[in-house]
Amino acid sequence: MSDKMTSMQRVLTTLGHKEPDRVPIFLLFTMHGAIELGLPIKEYFTTPRHIAEGQVRLRNKYHNDCLYGFFYAPIEIEAWGGEVIFRDDGPPNSGEPFIKKFDDIKKLTLPLVKHTKCLTKALEAQTLMKQRVADEVPIIGVVMSPFSIPVMQMGFDKYIELLYEHRDLFEHLMKLNEEFCVEWANAQLEAGCTAICYFDPVSSTTIINKELYLQTGYKIAKSTLSKIKGPVATHFAAGRCLSIIDEVAQTGTAVVGVSVLEDIGQIKNACKGKMTVLGNLNGIEMRRWSAQHTESVIKETIAKAGQGGGFILSDNHGEIPFQVSEEVLYNISNSIQKWGVYPLNWIE
Amino acid sequence: MASYKELVAEISQALLSIDKRQAKDILIRALDKYSPIEIVENIITPSLEYIGESWSFGNVSLSQVYMSGKICDDVIKTLLKPKGISKKRHPKMAIAVLEDFHTLGKKIVLSFLETSGYEVIDYGYGITVDSLVEKTIQDQIEIILISILMLPSALSIKEVKKKLKQANFTGKIVVGGAAFNFDNELYKEVGADYMCKNVSEAITVVHRITSCKITKEAY
Ligand code: B12
Repeated sequence: MSDKMTSMQRVLTTLGHKEPDRVPIFLLFTMHGAIELGLPIKEYFTTPRHIAEGQVRLRNKYHNDCLYGFFYAPIEIEAWGGEVIFRDDGPPNSGEPFIKKFDDIKKLTLPLVKHTKCLTKALEAQTLMKQRVADEVPIIGVVMSPFSIPVMQMGFDKYIELLYEHRDLFEHLMKLNEEFCVEWANAQLEAGCTAICYFDPVSSTTIINKELYLQTGYKIAKSTLSKIKGPVATHFAAGRCLSIIDEVAQTGTAVVGVSVLEDIGQIKNACKGKMTVLGNLNGIEMRRWSAQHTESVIKETIAKAGQGGGFILSDNHGEIPFQVSEEVLYNISNSIQKWGVYPLNWIE
Repeated sequence: MASYKELVAEISQALLSIDKRQAKDILIRALDKYSPIEIVENIITPSLEYIGESWSFGNVSLSQVYMSGKICDDVIKTLLKPKGISKKRHPKMAIAVLEDFHTLGKKIVLSFLETSGYEVIDYGYGITVDSLVEKTIQDQIEIILISILMLPSALSIKEVKKKLKQANFTGKIVVGGAAFNFDNELYKEVGADYMCKNVSEAITVVHRITSCKITKEAY
């Protein structure tokens, strides 16, 4: 093994825009722990112990540089009283939106993190992870951004209409969501997380144009991030962000999670010295990568974004699909050991 | 009076700015020269195709795509339909969100196809493989459009294909949705006939299949 640093040292060095011993890798597993423990997905998520154990086992198996304290996006919907629908071959999804008409927004009451069972379960899992790895491995907590969560709260079509046609109610919803998001993020930092991943794909230019982003998602991110008491990684969940990258840097985020739909070399150039780039392996295609193809993708990604640090190799969405096999994951892990060692002298 | 090309540019601009009044004004002016059906076929459809396609290149956002469809829906209902537009004659088609609960992709595709003059049966969302197969056969559907967001739902299309084949389905399966946009091979793996990366391709593919089928039937 070439590793000379702990995962924490490796990640902190790259975040400081310097080259660590090798390129850090964040394999963001949410469901593979269930396979490790031989459990159906739904059962896996019932107990904090499962999640912590799953994460530690996966880290040891694939030399992962983080533990992922994330359950699933609709955990926050559960907290607001909404429905979560499980399936046994993929992540759970949110069910019927609980905001049925625009006026329902006025009647919403904020869930209290410490009194919400699904959230305290996640916090407990994160505390257990912290007990296992102390300060050797970063633990990543997750929040949905106040600006992106309404897709699950009210449905995507109604949310777009709210954005364009009911700005007062939109502002009210943002105020509530921001308060919740900050409390939830800070509770995860207190529970043992090292950093928070702020999922904000609705801010991506895949979903809204730059002009609208500057009036909405940008301001909300700036305000929310200023109240989160720890480092933040903004993730666009495979949405595009190159044309808003300068503004994203101004929101106070330390890391940006980017899509395979954009060129990671170009993104790295635009982020140089300002933000660490996290990405951008294609999780969906990954299911059918051969050993040779895996190696060439990893080489190419490192060649484009690895130089000088400020880079963490990861998938482009913030979650490895359940269908990605052990074999592919071993190939990824081996390729990073082989090609990720600094200095990257093999790059022409 | 402006040419089709100029009107397409003008209306696209109005739609992308989510300016319904402006869009309506342009079409009211166009009605002086063109019939409602000419406006749909030569101004609205090309404009929506341009907007839908631009999304794939990152030049237009999804919220603009959705709002453009919504404005056109409304303008057609309030302005053009009362002046008379006949529906196209075409093979029977239906659309569904398989297993998923993500309805926006379907809603956009449905609205763009309807705006372009097609009649599409809506099977809703969260539909199971068996139920989709049963409805498709029962309704004698010739083009089944399937929208998904999640990868596992996309993979379930394999089962749909298998069961449709067992039931002697001879129509076409057209698929689309986020997971397909990240893997160009996925639609073949699940046995679909066509995959569309955006709503503009949806219109093109449906148009291609329907014209092919109509020509074949004519002989
Ligand atoms: C915004 C977003 C979110 C938002 C909102 C999602 C939502 N709709 O509920 C939030 C933050 C809530 C979110 C959460 C999650 N997400 Co998400 N998200 C995205 C993102 C960036 C856009 C998705 C979207 O809604 N687009 C809008 C729709 C309308 O676009 P579309 O489906 O592409 O449709 C267009 C075309 O494809 C076409 N089309 C669509 N259907 C059809 C049908 C036919 C017949 C035709 C011809 C054409 C066609 O026309 C449409 C208009 O142009 C994508 C990545 C990306 N860049 O696409 C990931 C993505 C959809 N997310 C994904 C996942 C997994 C999730 C989660 C399950 C994560 C988790 N573990 O919790 C959750 C589940 C959320 C839930 N609802 O329960 C995956 C799904 C694939 C997979 N890995 O299984 C994606 C693709 C990311 C990835 N690359 O892996 N997400």
